[in-house]
Amino acid sequence: MKKDKGGADGSFEDRLNAARGKQGLDPRPKSPKDSGGTGPSPMGIGLRVGVELVSAMVVAVAIGYGLDWVFGTRPILMVVFVPLGGAAGVLNVWRLLAPKPGR
Amino acid sequence: MSAEGSSSIDALGQFKLTTALGPIGASVNFTQANLMMIVASVLTLGLLWLGMRPRAMVPGRFQAAAELAYETIMKMCVDGIGHEGKKFFPIVFTLFFFILFGNLLGVFPYFFTFNSHIAITLSLSLFVFVLVTVVALREHGLHFFSYFLPKGIPGVLAPLMVAIELISYLSRIISLSVRLFANMMAGHVMLEVFASFIVMLGGIGLLGYFPAGLSLVVNTGLIGFELLVASLQAYVFAVLTCIYLHDAVHLH
Repeated sequence: MKKDKGGADGSFEDRLNAARGKQGLDPRPKSPKDSGGTGPSPMGIGLRVGVELVSAMVVAVAIGYGLDWVFGTRPILMVVFVPLGGAAGVLNVWRLLAPKPGR
Repeated sequence: MSAEGSSSIDALGQFKLTTALGPIGASVNFTQANLMMIVASVLTLGLLWLGMRPRAMVPGRFQAAAELAYETIMKMCVDGIGHEGKKFFPIVFTLFFFILFGNLLGVFPYFFTFNSHIAITLSLSLFVFVLVTVVALREHGLHFFSYFLPKGIPGVLAPLMVAIELISYLSRIISLSVRLFANMMAGHVMLEVFASFIVMLGGIGLLGYFPAGLSLVVNTGLIGFELLVASLQAYVFAVLTCIYLHDAVHLH
């Protein structure tokens, strides 16, 4: 950075921008590499994925078990709903991690 | 601390509910979780009321904090839900600050973290779920049920997809509540375990002083980590509420 002590060189705008840049007041221009910004940590993503998978499975097992209890068909509906729960979990994870169309 | 000499770590005892406020609380079963909820609500109201009292053009520190809180949540609502998000600002604000203050208060010794009880996080997420469903039904009527059938699905697969989408929709209740509950509980269990290490290792004499000091260092770090998790989980809960409301208002 060139030394200007409020002299005549450079317009006011230039000097203001330089000063703001030096103080870190302006957001840094985004490089294409870190366009995602500081996203969630890998640990956080892993935890969220785990919770999504498990919660879909829990709901599916609960529905299957409940319907079995209502209709008295003990294992059958639970067996039907467990794969559906797994699929719903994968759908949840896909919703979480799918590439956004806007970016 | 009673851990000296005892060889077991009671990591879950801290989550036990007892009644607060002496005999009056005991007679109506007013637990310390209820007390902390009231404290969290009073702190939220106090931040806004005391912060905005000066009504200065150039805000002081307290007013700046209150304004920052307002603007952050407003931005979250408008970004997350869209223009209609302003309607839902009060509920998102309330949820965020209730959870945030509940989590932050829990970091203090002798205080209680009410979000470490699944009964409370599940009630919060059930409330959000019912709200989202009611908003969707009001905005779209019966057209809302087309949410469960994505476009371009072949007729054969339709029943399968409806079931999967329905489970996925219902699983929000579980994932929203378990995420908050598990994060808060895990953090506090870790704090308790490392704190017990300090006392137990410090009790065995000269050999134990170094690992005890190490545990103290870890525990100090964990407190900072816990502050991060407390804010982050409140933020995540509020953001997810916004995302769900966005789905309810726009149906994809």
